Amino acid sequence: MLPPDDRINVRLDLENIIIEGSRQLREWEQLQDEIPSLEMALKFTDRPLKNVNLSVEEWRVVSYINPKNSMKQIAQTNKMNDIEIRRIVYGLLQAGLVEIIRPEGMVIPQSPKTFPTQNKEEQKSLVNRLISRIRAL
Amino acid sequence: MQTVKMVVTGPFSAGKTEFIQSVSEIDVVSTERKISSPAERSVKEATTVAMDFGRITVDEDLVLYLFGTPGQKRFDFMWEILSEGMLGFIVMVDSTRPETFREARSILETFRAYAPTPYVVAANKQDLGDAWEIDDMRHALRLDSKVKFLPCVATDKNTVKSVLLELLYSILAEMESGG
Repeated sequence: MLPPDDRINVRLDLENIIIEGSRQLREWEQLQDEIPSLEMALKFTDRPLKNVNLSVEEWRVVSYINPKNSMKQIAQTNKMNDIEIRRIVYGLLQAGLVEIIRPEGMVIPQSPKTFPTQNKEEQKSLVNRLISRIRAL
Repeated sequence: MQTVKMVVTGPFSAGKTEFIQSVSEIDVVSTERKISSPAERSVKEATTVAMDFGRITVDEDLVLYLFGTPGQKRFDFMWEILSEGMLGFIVMVDSTRPETFREARSILETFRAYAPTPYVVAANKQDLGDAWEIDDMRHALRLDSKVKFLPCVATDKNTVKSVLLELLYSILAEMESGG
């Protein structure tokens, strides 16, 4: 039976599609293992950024690397999706060019359960009591 | 009664349960189950599936709880639950199993993303002949020189105490710097 006039049928090998889907899932899992959160920032390691061959996409990411910019912000600026930014950052990590850090100025409210008191001096006293106790063990 | 908690995490068979057992004043409330995977059973017979729980009474008003996370990735849904409200965390790494370093790094990044609390990394099983050198491990784990990376033997109370103290010093330093 011929397809309707407004459709073009394309023959695809189902096995190849499944294999490619499976490969992409594995890649996604590995990237998520390596870079669990895009809320973190990047900073350059001490290794100088000389004599490295970077793609255009990689340069676009590299140009925004700054302890103040989260990976999510870099991705949004470059109109990249989660997997694209993770793939590039993974490559930069493996090359030892960058490391993941907590963004500068990132305000994460301390869980109210962390300390039984919100008074800073009482919190310090509590930590000092813990230190004395552990020393005495 | 006031309570605070610390979390001990790390890959499968890194020594988290032993670490807590060394300093807990109670028998560790453990959720060990026999391992079903032949590959993992060659490393040890049983593993933690939910958490380990130890306790150190500081005084009549204050208790420190130590929570150990399950090491196997398929139980990682427990990690975030256990990390809530922690004072800080310890990442245990088996110095004799470099094949777990990558996973240790991944666990470290996951916990850093959960909470901005101080942490230290402990190189466990440093008493064994095939243990990696600390400097080599730091390089392999891609740990910044500022991160406290401490030799440890989880069955030796003194080294466990040192690791806990270093974490507490970091917590205190962060509080004093206004963090």
